[in-house]
Amino acid sequence: MFMFDSRAAPVKQQIVIDSVSHRYRPARGRAVLALEDVSLEIAPQEFVALLGPSGCGKSTLLYLVGGFLPVEKGSIRVEGAPVAAPGPDRGIVFQHFALFPWKTVRANVRYGLEKMGLAREEQERRAQGYIDLVGLKGFEESFPSQLSGGMKQRAALARTLAVEPKMLLMDEPFGALDAQTRSLMQSELLALWQKTQKTVVFVTHDVQEAVLLAQRVVVMSARPGRVKAIVPIELDKTDPHLFRSPAFAAKVDEIWSLVREEALKAQ
Amino acid sequence: MTESGKEHPAVETGPPPARGRLVGTFLKYSPLLLLALLWEGVVQLGLVSRDLLPSLSEVLKAAWNLAREGDLWQNGLSSAYRGAAGLALAIVVGGSLGIAMAWWRPVDAFMGPLVEALYPLPKSALIPVTVLWLGFGDGSKILLIFLGCMIPVTIGAYNGARSCEQALVWSARSLGASRLRVLRDVVVPSALPELLNGIRTALALTFVLLVSSELIVSRSGLGYLIGFLGEGGIYDAMFAVVLVVAFMGFFADRLYQLFVRRVLAWRE
Repeated sequence: MFMFDSRAAPVKQQIVIDSVSHRYRPARGRAVLALEDVSLEIAPQEFVALLGPSGCGKSTLLYLVGGFLPVEKGSIRVEGAPVAAPGPDRGIVFQHFALFPWKTVRANVRYGLEKMGLAREEQERRAQGYIDLVGLKGFEESFPSQLSGGMKQRAALARTLAVEPKMLLMDEPFGALDAQTRSLMQSELLALWQKTQKTVVFVTHDVQEAVLLAQRVVVMSARPGRVKAIVPIELDKTDPHLFRSPAFAAKVDEIWSLVREEALKAQ
Repeated sequence: MTESGKEHPAVETGPPPARGRLVGTFLKYSPLLLLALLWEGVVQLGLVSRDLLPSLSEVLKAAWNLAREGDLWQNGLSSAYRGAAGLALAIVVGGSLGIAMAWWRPVDAFMGPLVEALYPLPKSALIPVTVLWLGFGDGSKILLIFLGCMIPVTIGAYNGARSCEQALVWSARSLGASRLRVLRDVVVPSALPELLNGIRTALALTFVLLVSSELIVSRSGLGYLIGFLGEGGIYDAMFAVVLVVAFMGFFADRLYQLFVRRVLAWRE
């Protein structure tokens, strides 16, 4: 029986990225090595930030985990199985929201529920629940073009959460929002994460945001993207004044000095 | 955030009251009215020979007679059938082709050069060809309109589908949609604005191809009627049919634009 031990062992890591390299081929021009030999393990319910200068391949890594791009070199396993295609277990949130512009907020949120084959009443009930959760009550019949940036991102978040994914893949989700809205959304995301305990992989180039939200910050090097450092953040995320504490400032400084070199290289 | 709707007191955005709109429409088309008056005036004052330009009132009278005697309806229906059939075929085939070209690379590689080669060809040059193949009846007109109108529809669908955002496709996929479902749920609606634009071009082209083919080789239709009346020297009636065709084109386009505004209401 001991032969099956390795299979029977509980999955400790939810996402296992093993020696992944990725070559990006633009429609025109030469192929670019976006990621080189990236290995990373993410535990269930963990909040991990991928941080790095633009073009470091952090979004590419997220898309590979999401199954949107094919893994060509190395391997990515999610809950033990190699990633082959996108799936509702890994919800995605994009910087520019990616709401279906021809659908109302309600229809957007219901889309994934339809695909799950839920009964109509159940779809409505669940969609309404998530619309209420993100604070969009009263905007159910609005089209995305009628919403502000923050409201669009709330709608997108509701749409993703509605299918109840175990993991949230977030690609600079607050990058297109104004400073006040961003700060508001950050604390709401944190509260949501603490409540639902989903695994979050959060791509950002904002050091403060990474330190504020994540339990671990993965600092990536300029192109080709490699893991330069993994910095654990042991701060009390429930502290509303966290960002004014000296410990927070120290962490930001520490990570900023790591990112700085890479940002200069990327110029 | 939820109160942001209340922050801005409602600005008057609804349609203006009926009377205001009526006045607006009147003002918008007043140049046309002026032209009509000018037309009647120059003929009545003898500034232009009646042989070259019958007066508007004579033309309207002739239109009335044509309508009463049934010639207008018979030929109008015949033309409408040809135009509608050709355009409908072009929309179905061209729309599918354009989207397929945008979605599957091999289809693009194979059909792309064909569409490009057909694009600059003056479609009226195909009139004799379509007659050779399908004779003088409805078939040749429908084929001509289909071939001519397919191009703008295909190009509209292609460009529209190509402009479909990657993130939208990925979102749908991660929400559980299959690749084929994404085509229906995301690519087609994304293509719609450009596709509808292409169809509008095709609609205008339908009238051009319809009338010119009927004028040259036909025994029925409004184009035929124009040619027949012209050859017979019945100019007031000929002008009447020209006017009818012009109004049909105008109303078709107006109606189509109303339809598009409805369909694309989400764009605001």
